Order: sequence, then C-alpha cells, then structure tokens
Amino acid sequence: MRVWKFGDNIDTDAIIPGRFLTIYDEKELAQHAFEGTRDDFSRLAQDGDVIVAGRNFGCGSSREHAPLALKGAGIRFILAQSFARIFFRNAINVGLLPLVCPQTDAIKDGCSIIVKEREGIVIAEGREYAIEPVPEFMYSIVEAAGLVGYAKQLKEAPVCTKSRR
Amino acid sequence: MGATIIEKIFSGRCRQDIRAGAVVMAPVDGAMIHDITGPLAIRKFYEMGGERVFDPRRIIMLFDHQIPADSIEAAKNHVYMRKFAAEQDIHNYDICEGVCHQVVMEKGHAAPGEIIVGADSHTCMYGAAGAFATGIGSTDMGFVLKFGALYFRVPESIRAEVNGRFGYRVGAKDLILSIAADIGADGATYKAIEFCGQTIGDLDMPGRMTCCNMAIEMGAKTGIVAPDQMTWDYVAQHREGIRPFALASDPDASYAGRRSYDISRLEPQVATPHNVDQGVPVGTVAGTHIDQVFIGSCTNGRFEDFFEAAEVLGIRKFSEKVRVIIIPASRDEYLKILRAGLIERFVAAGALVGAPSCGPCMGGAFGLLAPGEVSLSTSNRNFRGRQGSTEAEVYLCSAATAAASAVTGEITDPREV
Repeated sequence: MRVWKFGDNIDTDAIIPGRFLTIYDEKELAQHAFEGTRDDFSRLAQDGDVIVAGRNFGCGSSREHAPLALKGAGIRFILAQSFARIFFRNAINVGLLPLVCPQTDAIKDGCSIIVKEREGIVIAEGREYAIEPVPEFMYSIVEAAGLVGYAKQLKEAPVCTKSRR
Repeated sequence: MGATIIEKIFSGRCRQDIRAGAVVMAPVDGAMIHDITGPLAIRKFYEMGGERVFDPRRIIMLFDHQIPADSIEAAKNHVYMRKFAAEQDIHNYDICEGVCHQVVMEKGHAAPGEIIVGADSHTCMYGAAGAFATGIGSTDMGFVLKFGALYFRVPESIRAEVNGRFGYRVGAKDLILSIAADIGADGATYKAIEFCGQTIGDLDMPGRMTCCNMAIEMGAKTGIVAPDQMTWDYVAQHREGIRPFALASDPDASYAGRRSYDISRLEPQVATPHNVDQGVPVGTVAGTHIDQVFIGSCTNGRFEDFFEAAEVLGIRKFSEKVRVIIIPASRDEYLKILRAGLIERFVAAGALVGAPSCGPCMGGAFGLLAPGEVSLSTSNRNFRGRQGSTEAEVYLCSAATAAASAVTGEITDPREV
C-alpha cells in the first residue's frame, strides 16, 4: 500500500490526457494514467496503492475517464486537502473513495500507508492523520460499486417535487 | 433572509423553499451529451437498467471534440451514439453544428430558471442565459438520461460585482482571467459565481458567455448572470413561447463571499502556464516566443471575437513564424464571419480556418503541440499537456491579444499594434 504523492491542482488532463478519451476500459486507461507527467505511475502502481495530494485534486474537465484510470490502476482511495467538484462526484460514482485529509503535506511519497476510513484515520510511517468523516450515503454508493448499482435499485428517482422531504 | 438567484431556481423547480447546502433530487430541464463523454453515459444508462430515456425532447446530442472523426475509435463512438439517438428518438445535431455549449445557447436549449446539465465541465456557460447549468460526469449523466433528475447540493454563491468601463481592446476575457487570478483555481469550489454590476449589465451576451464559461476554472459549480432585457431578448430569439418573469437575487440574500472589481484600469490579461489562475497583465509576458495561435473554442469562438481579431489584424498579414488556427464555435458563427468577409481576410493573412469544433483545445484531435512549443490560445485551459505534449506551454488570452500576437510572432499588447 504505497503512497503516490502529488501536489496542488492536479488536473484531469494530467490524470488522463485528451488523446486517450476514446478508451473506456479502466485497465486500458490505467496504462496511460499520468502519461507525460508521471510516467512511473502506470508501470509501478499496484492494487491498493493510495494517491495523496494537495489542494483541488481533479480540477478541470468532467471526463470520468480520470477516476476510471485511477481505479483501473488499483487505486481505491485518494487523500487530498480538497477536491474539485466534478471529479469528487465522478470518483464516488465509479466506486473510488475521495477522502479529505488536511495534513497531506506531512505524508511522504513512497511511504506505506493504511487507510481506516470508517475510523476516520490514516496511518503513515507510524503517525496517525485525521480524515474528514464520509457521509453514509457516499458509502452506500461506493459499496454498490458506484451509482449504477444504486440506480438499479430505483424504479423512479425520488424527485423532490413529488414528495416533500 | 432573502434568497440568491440559485436558491430561487432550485426553489422554483422543486416547488419548495430551498436554501444553499440542501441536498435535493431536482428535476432536470435539459441534458447535453457529446462524443467524448456521451458513449460512457449511454453505457451507464443501459447498465442502470435503462430502456427508454426520460424525455427525448429534453436531451441534446452532438459531436464536437473529435470531428470529423479523427480515428477509427472516434468514428465507432459516433456510430454508437447515432444508433442510440435513433433508438431513443433524440435529436442529434451530429458533427454539423459546432461546439456543444454554443449550440445549446443558439438552439434555445437553455432559458432563465431552468436546471440544465451537460456531460462537459464548461456547461456552466448557460448561466449567461439565466439558467442553473453545471457539468457532470458520465455516470451522473446515465442517471439523468434514465430518471430526468439528479442529486444536487445547492451551492452557496459568491457575488462578483464588476463596475467601470473597459479600456481600449480590453474585454470580457481579460476580466474573467483577472477574476480567476483573484479568486484562484479552487477559490469557488462547490459554489456558484453570480456576476453582477454595471459592467456585466453593459456586457453583450457573448461577453457574458465568456465569463460564465470560465466559472469552472475557479472550481465553481456554475456561473450566472441574472436575466435582464438583453437575456430575455436573446432567449426569445432562439426559443418560441418564452415569457419573461422576474428572477434575481434578493438584496438581503446571503452570500459565501463578495468580490468587487473596478475594471476601468484593467489591462489585457494573459494566463501563463500551467494554470488558469496565473493571469498577468500582457506587458509582463510581452515578447514571449509563440509557435501557434488558436482563436476559437466555446470561450471565445463567436462572431464578436473574430470581428475584434480582424480589427486588430487590419490589412496586415499574420507572422510567417506562427501557425494561426481560427475555428468558429458554431455553424451560425461561421456563417456570420463568412458573410462579413472575415474568413477571406483571415485566410489571405495566412491563417488556417477550420470547420466548427473544439479544435486544439481538446488536446486529442488536431492542432497539437510538440515538446518545447508554445501556444497562445483564446480557449479556457492551459494545463500541462492540454494541447498536446506535456513539455509544451499554453498561454490564454483574448481574441484581440491573440490577433496582435499572431501579427508580430510573439506575445503582444493589442493596444500597441
């Protein structure tokens, strides 16, 4: 479970460049993740590795290819000080958990890490770091392997015009 | 406590009083899919058990990123989407109309008070029509195609009040680049930016579109301008049966932040590599070598942009050291510049004029940059690798600055040519 450390404002063009957007298979996308900006990632990333980043991770395009490429590379968790909005939703929708951790600056590239998301902590090099609690409905989507599993259970959407909350 | 325009849109569509922070399953009035994110959205629709879309009349399909098909894979995606459109009775504009956001505006698919989603981050542009419009991913879009609704967290708003008159050859793009530099790439994350003030009131629809288009570059969920007479006139020109109604934030609405800008002394702005919020006055980077100039995109690919570029160009030719690529944002805009004689002038001056599409902005189709090359572009993003090699650089600017620089062969203040 190694840490892949990134800085601030990691955009979706860096995660998966535009020329690979005709691909929809997550394993195939993973072969091009961070191509040109961090080439060792696609070669060396292993199942269960964790991305740790600064502010505004996933800014830019709405391409869902970005969280898919990371999922295909074996990533299950992304820790960042903050996330861009569309990426945040897309990650949850494909079954990848974005976790907000204010102290990611202290976590080093390449170190080993354990994520205890239910307990609200991560442990890196023997030190504990707090992560913000994840709303329960986010787990229900991630655990249904994304929004698709959730949507399958619905006959119709509970639109707020039909039944008042 | 009064409500913001965003809160009013959600309250109106959900028929209950809704405030920022609420998470609601809101009905969607319009949904747009294109050739990049559309195929995956369609797959998700089927995976969710979808058989018929919620309402084919509310769905817009078109291809703009990889057109005409630039690879066999892209062609296959187009075929897949065409088949879906035929099966579901969805109107497909196909490859002929132009860049999705411009087409949505022109064809009357966004109007004040509506909730519109698009599987593209610059969907926030339709805030210029007084709609709440936001970009979503493909899975969310699959859900929308099936159910005609989506979960939203109703955003808080940042009020950006702009006053003053633009100086010579300074305009909306310079304004929004300077606002992005002020607010920062994540300064408006999950919020709406409400543009207001005398300058915004005076700004034409293309200028308002440029501003709302780039709200996402500050992390915003949307940008919006409260509809005024200009908005209603524009929308009525593009959709039948539009009746104006009052829609604006209350004076005592609660905002997450307030910014005010006096633009009387604003200089032409250039966003430097590799972030949109790294805008500087053009003088700071004047003289920078450029290899390619791109005038186009959903941000600045309208008649007014090309008219301004042509005015700067005058009777000169573009520098032979620079590749100048000009791409109108839509067929309508193309026809306007064609009839105005601008295409002839651009081509005679040495530019390559392309058919309406996203062009080099998408970074995957054509007009790509080699390592070490520098592009000056009127589009919206200058991320590393956005227009080709990750070792290339992209600067962003207005059409006036792009044209001036294309004449001299280096980044140039448009007021000095």
